[in-house]
Amino acid sequence: MKDFQYAAPTTIQDATSLLTEHGSGARILAGGTDIIVQLREGLREADIVVDIKKIPELSDCQYSDVSGLYLGAAVACCDIYENADLAGRYGALADSTHIIGGWQIQSRASVGGNLCNASPAADTIPALIALNAEAQVTGPAGQRTIAVAAFCKGPGKNALVDGEFVVAIKIPPQSANMGSAYQRFIPRNEMDIAVVGVGSWIELDTVGNIANARLSLGAVAATPLFAEEASQFLVGKEPNDDNFALAAELAKQIVTPITDMRGTAQYRTHLVGVLVKRTLTTALARAQA
Amino acid sequence: MATTPYRVIGTRPVRHDGADKVTGKAVYTADFKLPGLQAGFILRSPHPHAKILSIDTSAAEATAGVSAVVTGADFPNVKNKIAHLGEGSVNLAHLSANCMAKDKVLYKGHAVAAVSATNAHIAEEAAAKIIVEYEMLPSVTDIIEAMATDAPLLHADLFTDDLGLKADTASNVAVHLHFEKGDVATGFEQADVVVEAEFKTATVHQGYIEPHAIVADYNEDGRVRLWTSTQGSFTCRQQTAEILQIGVGDVLVTPCEIGGGFGGKIAVYLEPTAAILSKKSGRPVSIRMPRTDVFEATGPTPASFMRVKVGAKNDGTLLAGEAWIAYDAGAFPSGVIGPGCMCVFSCYDIEHAVVDGYDVCVNKPHTKAYRAPGATQVAFAMEQLMDELAEQLNICPLEIRMKNAVKEGSRRVDGPVYPQIGFVECLEALRDSDHWNSPLEGDNRGRGIAGGFWFGCGLKSSAACSVNADGTINLLEGSTDIGGSRASLAMQLAETLGIESSDINPMVGDTDSVGYTDVTGGSRVTFATGLAAYEAGRDLQSQMKVRAAELWECETSEVSIGDDGTFSGNGKTAGFKDLASQLFSGGAALVGRATVAPECPTNGFGAHIVDVEVDPDTGKVTILRYTVIQDAGKAIHPSYVEGQLQGGAVQGIGWALNEEYFFNDDDQMTNASFLDYRMPTMLDVPMIDTIIVETGNADHPYGVRGVGEPPIIPPPPAIGNAIYNATQTRMRELPMSPPKVWLAMQSSD
Repeated sequence: MKDFQYAAPTTIQDATSLLTEHGSGARILAGGTDIIVQLREGLREADIVVDIKKIPELSDCQYSDVSGLYLGAAVACCDIYENADLAGRYGALADSTHIIGGWQIQSRASVGGNLCNASPAADTIPALIALNAEAQVTGPAGQRTIAVAAFCKGPGKNALVDGEFVVAIKIPPQSANMGSAYQRFIPRNEMDIAVVGVGSWIELDTVGNIANARLSLGAVAATPLFAEEASQFLVGKEPNDDNFALAAELAKQIVTPITDMRGTAQYRTHLVGVLVKRTLTTALARAQA
Repeated sequence: MATTPYRVIGTRPVRHDGADKVTGKAVYTADFKLPGLQAGFILRSPHPHAKILSIDTSAAEATAGVSAVVTGADFPNVKNKIAHLGEGSVNLAHLSANCMAKDKVLYKGHAVAAVSATNAHIAEEAAAKIIVEYEMLPSVTDIIEAMATDAPLLHADLFTDDLGLKADTASNVAVHLHFEKGDVATGFEQADVVVEAEFKTATVHQGYIEPHAIVADYNEDGRVRLWTSTQGSFTCRQQTAEILQIGVGDVLVTPCEIGGGFGGKIAVYLEPTAAILSKKSGRPVSIRMPRTDVFEATGPTPASFMRVKVGAKNDGTLLAGEAWIAYDAGAFPSGVIGPGCMCVFSCYDIEHAVVDGYDVCVNKPHTKAYRAPGATQVAFAMEQLMDELAEQLNICPLEIRMKNAVKEGSRRVDGPVYPQIGFVECLEALRDSDHWNSPLEGDNRGRGIAGGFWFGCGLKSSAACSVNADGTINLLEGSTDIGGSRASLAMQLAETLGIESSDINPMVGDTDSVGYTDVTGGSRVTFATGLAAYEAGRDLQSQMKVRAAELWECETSEVSIGDDGTFSGNGKTAGFKDLASQLFSGGAALVGRATVAPECPTNGFGAHIVDVEVDPDTGKVTILRYTVIQDAGKAIHPSYVEGQLQGGAVQGIGWALNEEYFFNDDDQMTNASFLDYRMPTMLDVPMIDTIIVETGNADHPYGVRGVGEPPIIPPPPAIGNAIYNATQTRMRELPMSPPKVWLAMQSSD
């Protein structure tokens, strides 16, 4: 491991200047649960590590029925699933933050960091895509917003340019007729990485049919996917097993999984179908509750 | 519960090393420091098979802070000589070449150079500056492909040892073994039903939690001192001395506390390299293996390919068995195939049987022992075939095992006739268990059983007990303690002398301070070193009789020792501690000692029951309930016997369900971490229930049999049988991981 400098700015402005000054030699640390391991194992290098969790805006976590959830990029996983109000509204996000690592990891690891790390198998990204989240980004050229569905560009690659970082994740407000869920398949029951992960979100209309739906798929392509056609198919449909199965078949058509030590392409494709049906069933139960 | 003649044996005292372990004070090798200690780093081959054309170490040597650089050229040339390491033997030239490649690398992770420096980061950075020029060679990792005549050849000088005769042309097949009893052809002709199938198992690692580590100090006087994590300090000393071409007396090995071994910490990997770095740098050197290196460069246990055939009469009596077994040796000839051949039919009395075994070199790390080495693979085949026979004959799986179980007088295919053993008693305990008698309900659920056998060996052990002024004892013994053996040895000595386990301070000696002791392996320590502790106690008692006679002014023959250890003579009596303190003030100190070499196997048998649930959508197997039944002969400390049974079962469950080495198309291991090499976590196994059967063992004063190894054997076939019971899908390949179970369920639909 190469020696590096460490800085912990307390304002967005200071962080931006540090990141701009060091360009690609700078690495951002929030919870640190990915970057520290990557630096130690030589998977990434850094001249300077910029710790952003001392910036107050990055630890903010607020919900309003008008603007929805403002989730500071450095908020730890446990602060989401331990918050009963948030966990109730954003089931998929609670599901995913609850299964990342053990509780020691969950009390450090942030959703913002999980997003920026841009792993195809990240657990929170399909949940965020299903919930139609967007990333609020700041940088030398000012602020911009990127839909989470468009944020990842490849394994370990994201849409940020040098000097930019994610300040917060914003998720639309949730009402009682909406429900979401995230599930992953792992061979063990813990300490594992998703072979496939699926996020589902549905909104029911007044008669109980599906008014809107968003399905997202992890670990089956170079980036987490928004399954647009499968989601659209569900709109206006009755929420039943037959329709869920048809949506599952449509979702399977967009995947391009690899065969590796975590599973074969054939098995991963099959699991997409299983998990789409299972997460839709859970999301429906939550929307009906 | 039967009444016991024992005061100490069979109780559960606190272990002597317990406080140090739970408070973190126990000193493991990585905790051990010396002044001026240098950190070592090993550069390893990225290729599975290549010639080393040149190694340029100049840039590494010129790096500030670097104290030494070592390559294969610094290692003495060692002849092809076989060294016996107690349980198993090794070719020293291969052992040396495995520690540091000379002209060829044979697997990804093979060591090619090493650097020592003032800290680990400098050593790693300097190692990255070493330029190794390779000429790539074709590689092979599949056993059957490696046996083909046109396969890439690992060793140009390896000629198959075919039943004692050397082949004419070089091959990857190191050894062909053959065992036979009766007349197999006739046996199969007479059989009413015959089952036959091919089975495969993957390469698996012992997965001990403590990575290999070493501190070496090469002294100016030519003596090497080593602090290390080893299963056998004396075999470590022997291997290191042979590789360095110095006398065994010039090596001192101090075994530190050990965080698991399971057969994987018998061979040396780091010791010779660290010693040479220390010699060149003039400073002590430590090396700690990263987990990746543990997976890629230490010995996992063989993958296997097996074809097994069994025939029986309509009443379930086994008549004939035939097994063709090939084990992957890894980069150098291994030895695990031998016990594999001996164990395939070891649980059942089969009149006619034949076994052929092959040890096959492939471009993978050199395979080594892993808890009952070689027995788990063959049990996966044989114990599933037993269920297949039972199904075809419409007999209960337990009944067919009871009918054919080996007992006193049964002859194994490799020759030995069993003395009194306890397999039938284990099956009876299974039949009477709560688990077996509880109905299993629910969809997608199934129950399976399987048996297992491991020899258990004797070998050499030494112990000495010094008496303190207050009558307490310092017990010095040579077996590195992996599973609580300090407690079980102290308890046997306490029982012998009539004192408490807490009156004894057991200590594992270094190779200068204690008599020769073979490895902690072969489930032998509580049996053989326990025998040494017992004999040392008896030696002490005989000395004390002489001294008591002097004290009490009578003849030695008039002094007797009661069952509780009380000495009496000439109308006087004294307990052990009382007499010991009286003698201490009046003459020479008292030291009892013993060294033993029992030759008899202790013959450990077990039987397991497992309930599983299989997710029909994903193929994922959940273990619902698990019970281990095993004959311990006599359980000295029942908690540690239970711990062995539970730990062995959990390792077997891991082997059964998810553990495997993955190799990519370039024959490079791709999952060398605990993330993707999936051992079970605490959330993957239920509490493992245990039933200890005690049939005694006439070869040990307290009836001990080895218990450590048998419990890893039955889990894969028991789980395979349970999966079949749940899904009607027969799994013939390990691991039975979700993708494989799901795929098998698709094709059997």
